[in-house]
Amino acid sequence: MTNCSKNLLLPILLLLLTIQAMAQTDECMMCHGDRSLSYERNNKLVSLFVDENKFAKSVHADLDCSDCHMDFDAEDIPHRAGDNIYKVDCATCHYDYAEEYHESLHGQALAQGKFLAPDCTTCHGKHDILPHTNEKSKTYVMNIPDLCGTCHKEGTRVSALRTISQRHILENYKESIHGDGLFRRGLIVTAVCTSCHFSHNILPHENPKSSINRNNIASTCMQCHTQIEKVHTKVIRGELWEQQPHVIPACIDCHQPHQVRRVFYDQKYDDAKCMSCHSNKDLYKEVNGEKVSLYVDTNDLAHSVHKDNTCIKCHTNVSHFSNPICKESGKVDCSICHASQVEEWQLSQHSIELVNGNVDAPYCNDCHGTHKVQKKTDRTSPTFARNIPDLCGKCHNIGGPGKSILEDEFGIVKDYSQSIHGSLLESGLTVTATCVDCHSAHRELPEKNPLSTVHKDNVGETCAKCHLGIYEQFTNSIHSPLITQTDKELPGCQDCHQAHTIKRTDKDDFRAEIIDQCGRCHEDVTDTYFDTLHGKVSKLGSIGAAKCYDCHGSHNILPTYIVGSTLHRENIVETCASCHPNSNRKFVGYLTHATHHDKDKYPFLYYTFWFMTILLSVTFLFFGTHTLLWLPRGLAERRKAKLEKKNNSTGNPVNGK
Amino acid sequence: MANSEKSKIKNHGSNEEKYIWRFEPFLSFLHILVILSFLSLAITGMTIKFAGVGIFQTASKLMGGYEVTGYIHRLAAIITFVYFILHIGYLIKKVTKQNRTFKHMLSGENSMVPNKRDWKEFIGTIKWFFGKGKRPNYGRWTYWEKFDYFAVFWGVAVIGSSGLILWFPEFFTFLGLPGWFINVASIVHSDEALLATGFIFTIHFFNTHFRPDKFPMDNVIFTGRVPLEEFKKDRPREYQILIENNKLEERIAPPPPEWLVKFAKYFGFTALSIGLIIVIMIIYAMIFLYK
Repeated sequence: MTNCSKNLLLPILLLLLTIQAMAQTDECMMCHGDRSLSYERNNKLVSLFVDENKFAKSVHADLDCSDCHMDFDAEDIPHRAGDNIYKVDCATCHYDYAEEYHESLHGQALAQGKFLAPDCTTCHGKHDILPHTNEKSKTYVMNIPDLCGTCHKEGTRVSALRTISQRHILENYKESIHGDGLFRRGLIVTAVCTSCHFSHNILPHENPKSSINRNNIASTCMQCHTQIEKVHTKVIRGELWEQQPHVIPACIDCHQPHQVRRVFYDQKYDDAKCMSCHSNKDLYKEVNGEKVSLYVDTNDLAHSVHKDNTCIKCHTNVSHFSNPICKESGKVDCSICHASQVEEWQLSQHSIELVNGNVDAPYCNDCHGTHKVQKKTDRTSPTFARNIPDLCGKCHNIGGPGKSILEDEFGIVKDYSQSIHGSLLESGLTVTATCVDCHSAHRELPEKNPLSTVHKDNVGETCAKCHLGIYEQFTNSIHSPLITQTDKELPGCQDCHQAHTIKRTDKDDFRAEIIDQCGRCHEDVTDTYFDTLHGKVSKLGSIGAAKCYDCHGSHNILPTYIVGSTLHRENIVETCASCHPNSNRKFVGYLTHATHHDKDKYPFLYYTFWFMTILLSVTFLFFGTHTLLWLPRGLAERRKAKLEKKNNSTGNPVNGK
Repeated sequence: MANSEKSKIKNHGSNEEKYIWRFEPFLSFLHILVILSFLSLAITGMTIKFAGVGIFQTASKLMGGYEVTGYIHRLAAIITFVYFILHIGYLIKKVTKQNRTFKHMLSGENSMVPNKRDWKEFIGTIKWFFGKGKRPNYGRWTYWEKFDYFAVFWGVAVIGSSGLILWFPEFFTFLGLPGWFINVASIVHSDEALLATGFIFTIHFFNTHFRPDKFPMDNVIFTGRVPLEEFKKDRPREYQILIENNKLEERIAPPPPEWLVKFAKYFGFTALSIGLIIVIMIIYAMIFLYK
């Protein structure tokens, strides 16, 4: 119905307007054909140039300017005769699409004032609109993924809003069977974004009206895959998709959206066929002159998590053209099933190393094992929490092929085992953090890499996986980038809590080290701290004496003038009372960071210090001089006395005896 | 010099050497208390004043750590208050029991209070230093001895009161003392202590022990007596007055027993050595590390 009326209306409109159009367009182009024509709007210079050539080739070439730019007064410059002079309302002609658009995700977002939301021109262009069948059109089928991808790819402002749970949409699409068809084979009837999501009435999948809603997805897929019930009979009773879509898996449950892959049909090959050779313990192949056993322990496989898989489900490259059929079938590609994990791994340093030819870099089976692979919850699995440090330690201990960070002579695993996380693990607590909890299981990256979970910008989120409460405190503290805007580097978890030697905060060495940690940035206050009693006693090795965080708090540090601060007027008496039970309002006036060198800030201390210094100097100067004068005189007298005694003893030997 | 003469006398087994009483045993006892407490206070206090200096950190560790030194410091402070009170009691007893008037104590011949004659003796001493006159005829107390005496008085009062504030800051602020006064007290306490230790371990040591005619030590404070010859030479006016009043005989003392001389020697040298070590440590810290 709508299609029909649109088809009739447009030509009529065009006819009516064409005659007047030619003359009027020429008139407009007298000014708007000038490239330099511009206008200042909201302090921005807006070009008012219209490319006549492009317009002439566009679908709207036959229209007159005023057909779209309505309420237009040619005489009045700037043409501000009506409200619509600036904005073109496509709905005047394309009202049915406009209606769909207004109900769509994009239209709703625009209505809410979200400026990133696309309107008609974002996708279709302005004066240069081409029919979607034109290869140069932005809406041509080959161009659709790029068009949608301008916003829906990693790193754009839209992706930063994170309203869509899918990641790497464009990349995944290109790798999928649909994208493969489009880009590698030039198949323009393959599914592009708009085939599934539709073009104007795009809705989130939660919306029951959405083309990608669970209940609608089957019919969406069946736009192309019409015979889908028939080809799925072995797996599922396909007719239920239409009749009772809620009782059976939706297409997307097996065929991940954006990652739709080929499925390997494994019914043709029986495991028994494989085992007829591979149960032989002596079976081997030679790789670079070395014997590699090809024996498969069926017992291993039978107890593994893959016990229901047939051999060729993993060893996919078997072929009847080879003899034996598995010859040169290559490495198992776990991504056939574990696509997201492998994708994560592909971003990791392990993968980078492997691609660069480092034979020691681990592939899936180096950590998970081969036929014996177990779930990480299985205690015998190498990926079980308690076994993780040893697993990683195989490479990352000192002397191992993996990078070993030389924090001290013991190596990472030993350090870890003595840390709070490690000692808890050793005591049997499996929910403590192991290597993979911080470094991620598959996407390990060096801390310098901004994508790394232990990069300084991400480590907070990483720790927050367990220490959420502390992280929330921290994000509200002065050290949080959300609170403090500064060019200086703000501290993160790892600045105070070392990675592998992480300590209990109530233990001595943590308390002794914290001053150095804070002092790295707060140099001046650390100096003055050491001028006062807490600091001096700390320097003598006192663990109990107040350290930075005893007064300032740790994760919840705030400036003293903010009510929540431990040192705010409301709280300081209590804070001091944690060590000084008789703390009182006047007592807390003690200047814990006082220096007698600052005349303006601490005049009392300054003048006291100088009074004492002068008193000292004068006293020492006076008596020092006195002594220095006395010494030569005393020596002279002594010499004289000796001489006299000598004379006396020769003259009068009795004297003195 | 005097010492070596004495030992020579002893070596020859002569008991005829005449001695004069200078200090009664009670005063020797008080001075031993002063020495013990002062050395303890000095070394334990300086470890905090120079907490950032390696040798003081080592010293602190050797003494058992900052907690132990804290206890030592407070114990020595109590000893200080004790000898201070004992000394005041001694003065009161002198006025009340020995029929000496308070005025006599303030301005008599043997008064500790400085007077005009001390000024003259000071001028005379300076002249003597330059060889422009004879050594003044000092009496029982020379002007530098009077200074030492009042320095201790002043020191105990200032360091003691500021120390009490630092010891009981909650109490004193509860009484109304502002918090910043604790900071003032710590500066006063520490710098006055620096003055006291610096003065005692250099000026007092020289004036009393290391000056050429007494070197290396004058043990009179322990034995309480001086050889008559030395007395005549050192304090001619006091000797003169004793002769004039015919009181010399009352002051004649037997030579100190050997154990006492031995004690004086070992104790005295130990104390002197500790003092010297502390002052060297302080000078080292002041020159190289103090801001």
